[in-house]
Amino acid sequence: MNRYSLSFLTAGLSLGAPLSLLRAEVSAGQTKPETRQETPSTLTLARSGASYLNLSLITDVAAGASTERDAGTVQMGGHDPAQRGFTVQGAELVLEGYVDNYFRAMSNIVYGLNTHGESYLELEEVYVETLALPNGLQLKAGHYFTEFGRINAQHPHSWDFVDAPLVSARFLGPDGLRNPGARLSWLVPTPFYSEFYVGVQNSAGETAHSFRGVAEGEGGHDHGHDHHGMDPYGRPAVETGVHGIGDLLYTARYAASVDLTDTQTFLAGLSGAWGPNATGDGARTQLYGVDLFWKWKPASHNKGFPFVSFQTEMLFRGYTAARAELEHGEGEHMHIHVLPRETVWDWGAYAQASYGFKEGWVASLRADYVAPLERGSYEGLLHGARDESRAIRWRVSPALTWYPTEFSRIRLQYNYDHGNGGVAGFRDAHSVWLQIEFLLGSHGAHKF
Amino acid sequence: MKTYFLFLALMLGLHTSASAKVNVVATTPDLGAIIEAVGGTDVEVTCLARGTEDPHFVDARPSFIRLLNKTELLVEGGADLEIGWLPPLVNNARNARILPGASGRFVAAENLALMEVPTGKLDRSQGDVHPYGNPHYLLDPELACQVADALATRLSRLDPERVGNYRKRAESFVTTLRKKNTLWKKRLTPYCGTRVVTYHKSFDYFLKAFGLELAGTVEPKPGVEPSAAHLKSLVAGMKTGGVRLVIAEPNRPARICQRVAREGDARLLRLPLLVGGATGCDDYFGLMEHNVAAIERALR
Repeated sequence: MNRYSLSFLTAGLSLGAPLSLLRAEVSAGQTKPETRQETPSTLTLARSGASYLNLSLITDVAAGASTERDAGTVQMGGHDPAQRGFTVQGAELVLEGYVDNYFRAMSNIVYGLNTHGESYLELEEVYVETLALPNGLQLKAGHYFTEFGRINAQHPHSWDFVDAPLVSARFLGPDGLRNPGARLSWLVPTPFYSEFYVGVQNSAGETAHSFRGVAEGEGGHDHGHDHHGMDPYGRPAVETGVHGIGDLLYTARYAASVDLTDTQTFLAGLSGAWGPNATGDGARTQLYGVDLFWKWKPASHNKGFPFVSFQTEMLFRGYTAARAELEHGEGEHMHIHVLPRETVWDWGAYAQASYGFKEGWVASLRADYVAPLERGSYEGLLHGARDESRAIRWRVSPALTWYPTEFSRIRLQYNYDHGNGGVAGFRDAHSVWLQIEFLLGSHGAHKF
Repeated sequence: MKTYFLFLALMLGLHTSASAKVNVVATTPDLGAIIEAVGGTDVEVTCLARGTEDPHFVDARPSFIRLLNKTELLVEGGADLEIGWLPPLVNNARNARILPGASGRFVAAENLALMEVPTGKLDRSQGDVHPYGNPHYLLDPELACQVADALATRLSRLDPERVGNYRKRAESFVTTLRKKNTLWKKRLTPYCGTRVVTYHKSFDYFLKAFGLELAGTVEPKPGVEPSAAHLKSLVAGMKTGGVRLVIAEPNRPARICQRVAREGDARLLRLPLLVGGATGCDDYFGLMEHNVAAIERALR
């Protein structure tokens, strides 16, 4: 082995290059030094000056208690702390990098433990995105979070609170709205930033919650009480297939941003999603949302502090449930209820403010509200009661977050959940959660 | 269809008509100032970060995506200075000219001999150490000369018709800067060896260039806020080590800086890191003159 390849080998060792690379270098050293230019055929982890793959693991663990014995009935998000004691909210394995000169890819695989102590694995996202299509276009394909509003497209570790807002969990699903599909976005040539997105995704599966998604069975991770399980809108869930392009989920979003001053930035968006739902052929759901985000950061700041931010989203859901005939009783007492085809509207909103008052410290406050806009006829016909999964709910959550460094975070949050006389399945609840988050691996960059 | 042909035309390089200015985006205003010096009237420069900002923690404002979409040249400091905010902006800009390795992407740290490149095993228990070395190199005028020279080469490649302009301006910038640098060094020679504490490791190149000695930092480790225990030992070390100056950028917490200076019997100097970081620091010469004069005044 000549001197040249030896020095290369030691350089590789000190930088922690993986075995595959080292093997390639060793064999190169044994033949001719020129062959060291060969591209490694296997995955090469980050080494100095090369980044074929950025790798990180982001873990959230929470501990806490709630006055509600089964905290899962109060916490609706799929990755919320959901029981007294400890909850592993998830360990996200993020793999990211440039595929080639045309594409960038991202994959987010979540490892978790449900409240029964069973491990689960979730393919949260895996997609490829074009880097430089002409005319400001960008194409994305794979399994991805729908760009609907602000919270939905973010991973839980980017949120300012330990749990999902009520309105997102109820309308977009405990795990957020995401499915296999493709979307095209266009950077509109306006003088300010504005972007238009159109997408098409599958409308079935547990992550298409208000659409053809049906609640999962045993073995999955815990979801709140609030998702429509076997009986969406009082009707048996119907397994429908995709017969035509009309059976897919269509999404659209327009977002625009202006820098109000040198220190203030404003971002607003309008989103929509349309697709079939689980109550039968021809039954469709429509979702609309508006989102606003404002941030102030002074011209002179240390590590991004101080800052003040405000964020709000309002969503509307129109669910057209199919006509259904339900049998009640047995034998001579058997009678048939006919549920007419009906469109029922719900709405909800959250508003949150965060104040980074000192290096590493953030105080936040969020208010949540979800409610039906009208009563469905199925509610009166069936139980003479209201549909728990559409009941009025509101919540107030103050939180305090400390970032020891960019790579770790400790958050304390209190939730007051108004029980509204038990219509949503619980009485007034007080919950306190303490969360630790830690990042191993490559340096994360933050989108606005 | 029309726009498609327009794109083809762009691809064929028909876009650089003789009169058009080269559209350049710089991540920080100190880089912006050097491009202005080299590009002059042939370039149109926009800076993303402001001079008063912490360059590691700039918000990735959506308006930056618009700027990056149109730019012909993106100039970044590199060595992970902008890693927390630049990559998603570039990925979303849909501009092949500024992708990593493209001719429209200029990483100023490349081919510079950076200080403090870690040699041993690196992990995050040592703080947020930049694996490629300390990225605050532009406070060394000699390195700024090298960046100006490399920028002239890059601009000439992008805009070959005006090679002469870029070369001439770069040479004049380098000549003036070297002349000034000699004078600055002369003015600080009497204070050679003065021991200094800084907040972050942001003035290491400056201290080395002018013969001052770094005795410690307020941050116990890069990017880590100081604990009471660290401040206590720092202050004790300052007294016994005869530290005369505490240098901190204006954006660092005033209370901590004042406390360290007071208890350590040293003088506190708030010095800008970037062009635009203080009044009178409107270009690179202004920034350096400001900092040299402030140290001269403090130690006189």
